[in-house]
Amino acid sequence: MSRAGSGKGLNRRTKALLLTIFLTFLMVLVYVSGSLIPEEAVGTDLQRSGQPPSWAHLFGTDNLGRDLLLRTLKGLSVSMTVGIAASCVSAVIAILVGIAAAVGTRAVDGAVSWLIDLMMGIPHTVLIILISFSLGRGLRGLLVGIAATHWTSLARLIRGEVMQLRSQHFIAVSRRLGKSSGWILLHHLLPHLAPQFIVGLILMFPHAILHEASVSFLGYGLAPEQPAIGIILAESMRYLSSGMWWMAVFPGLLLVLIVLLIDRLGENLRSVIDPYSAQE
Amino acid sequence: MERLRTDNVLKILKILKILRRIAAYVLRVGSLLLAVSVISFALVSASPVDPVQQYIMGIGPVSDEQRSEIEAYWGVDRPPAERYFSWLSALLHGDLGVSLLYRRPVAQIIAERFGNSLALMLCAWVFSGLIGYALGCVMGMNRDRWQDRCIRKICYLLGSVPTFWLGLVFLMVFAVMLGWFPVGFSVPVGMRDSEVTIWQRLHHLALPAFTLSLMSFSNIALHTRQKMIDVMNSEYVLFARARGEDRWTLFWRHGLRNTVLPAVTLQFTSFAELFGGSVLAENVFSYPGLGSAVSAAGLNSDVPLLLGITLFSTLFVCVGNTVADLLYGFIDPRLREVCQ
Repeated sequence: MSRAGSGKGLNRRTKALLLTIFLTFLMVLVYVSGSLIPEEAVGTDLQRSGQPPSWAHLFGTDNLGRDLLLRTLKGLSVSMTVGIAASCVSAVIAILVGIAAAVGTRAVDGAVSWLIDLMMGIPHTVLIILISFSLGRGLRGLLVGIAATHWTSLARLIRGEVMQLRSQHFIAVSRRLGKSSGWILLHHLLPHLAPQFIVGLILMFPHAILHEASVSFLGYGLAPEQPAIGIILAESMRYLSSGMWWMAVFPGLLLVLIVLLIDRLGENLRSVIDPYSAQE
Repeated sequence: MERLRTDNVLKILKILKILRRIAAYVLRVGSLLLAVSVISFALVSASPVDPVQQYIMGIGPVSDEQRSEIEAYWGVDRPPAERYFSWLSALLHGDLGVSLLYRRPVAQIIAERFGNSLALMLCAWVFSGLIGYALGCVMGMNRDRWQDRCIRKICYLLGSVPTFWLGLVFLMVFAVMLGWFPVGFSVPVGMRDSEVTIWQRLHHLALPAFTLSLMSFSNIALHTRQKMIDVMNSEYVLFARARGEDRWTLFWRHGLRNTVLPAVTLQFTSFAELFGGSVLAENVFSYPGLGSAVSAAGLNSDVPLLLGITLFSTLFVCVGNTVADLLYGFIDPRLREVCQ
């Protein structure tokens, strides 16, 4: 067993683990700093409206004189809350539905695949718009809309994985040895599904955030005065032709950065916990 | 004589089998569309937004009497199930209702706007398919070399970039700062439809279509890369290598044939994402297509239009999936044998 020494002695696994911890820390930092910013700090001040980026206001100020950096950070923490909540709910739905489809009767499998076809048949954005509309276009509509629509691909993945596992020899041997279905589920299926589940959950997270931003951008979801990234970008659209480029560029860049970091986190975690690549 | 009869029986059995498959398919698609209509109608009915109020706000002040007349005409007081069936029967007769926002029949709006959207989506679809497949092949054939790493980084990056933000940045750089492209709309402002040339249309189409295609090509590129790597790791390719085939021959004989069908299929099954992306792209570029109409319908509580476009977009996605299924069945020799 190699001990994690300093510098070059680290193997890939340890490096990936350290990177995962670092990225998690970074996420928490952005989240906490965003939610700790008081409301007054992003208040309007017409005297400094529309300033380009400077040392005092790194991202510049918007048309109402609000500091864009603080507003963006605050918006990101709102987006992350929505993203975490929605993807957790979605992932739990996915694993329940996926396992039910794979181990249930043919009718259950057919019903689930029909339901997934149904969900995927309506374009994602249109479906979120519909759900948000039916709940009165608030934060609640946004949350439910995103949580209810992101489970399909992970459920399919888990169903396929379980189907594949079920046809493996060791499962057949286990069954021949007289193990019950529950025992097989607990000892053979779930350990194989855990990496898929965790990685799927984390990789769902950026999708949820991006959808949150796009749906807020369209004008659904959060109220216009709230500092969500989508709303900031929608506002910036009105000032594009007046040359206030910083209003559109910086909030978007920060959003992309966060999404990339989470994606990286998921991939890293996959390489650490996935048995196929854990030894690389 | 005996032989001929068995042949005929076999032929009839085969036709029956095909008919059964078609019937099952129609049943599936029909049930999906019906379910979408039920679900979307239920969702819209559950909305706290009052459509009558929205309608009245559009036409100006009305007396209470007129208001109750409108309510009776729309059947607001009837139970939702009854309203659903009357809506469905009108739908089956080709009547989608009248849009509250545009004051015109929904079917007419959809027909008109779908033309615009189709031009946009088709351009983006073809472009992203070609570029994505080519890049995927380059990545797969050069696994873990610099080409692979560079393109893969770009693909992951694009997967994390929101379409609408990219559209905003393009709009800012190419339309506002450089002035190469118009700022929005599908035709020059203040021109009659008949006067617009095809070049002007393409000029207006270019930036939104490019934005939309950037959103979807990373998906197909990464998929093709994985397929190509699988093919290149297979035993028949190992054997071909041992026979001394060079890289180009390997690609032509094995890589291309085994990866092009999954790529085309994937591209056809991506209609849902394409439509979803076009909602955002059309909003950024003020492009008058279905996507901008659906978000406007939701924001202005235009229920008939919202329902109409939802159903239409589902049909659109269904067509894509059907084509993908058919392609798989007809083109792939292995599956063709299974079908027969």
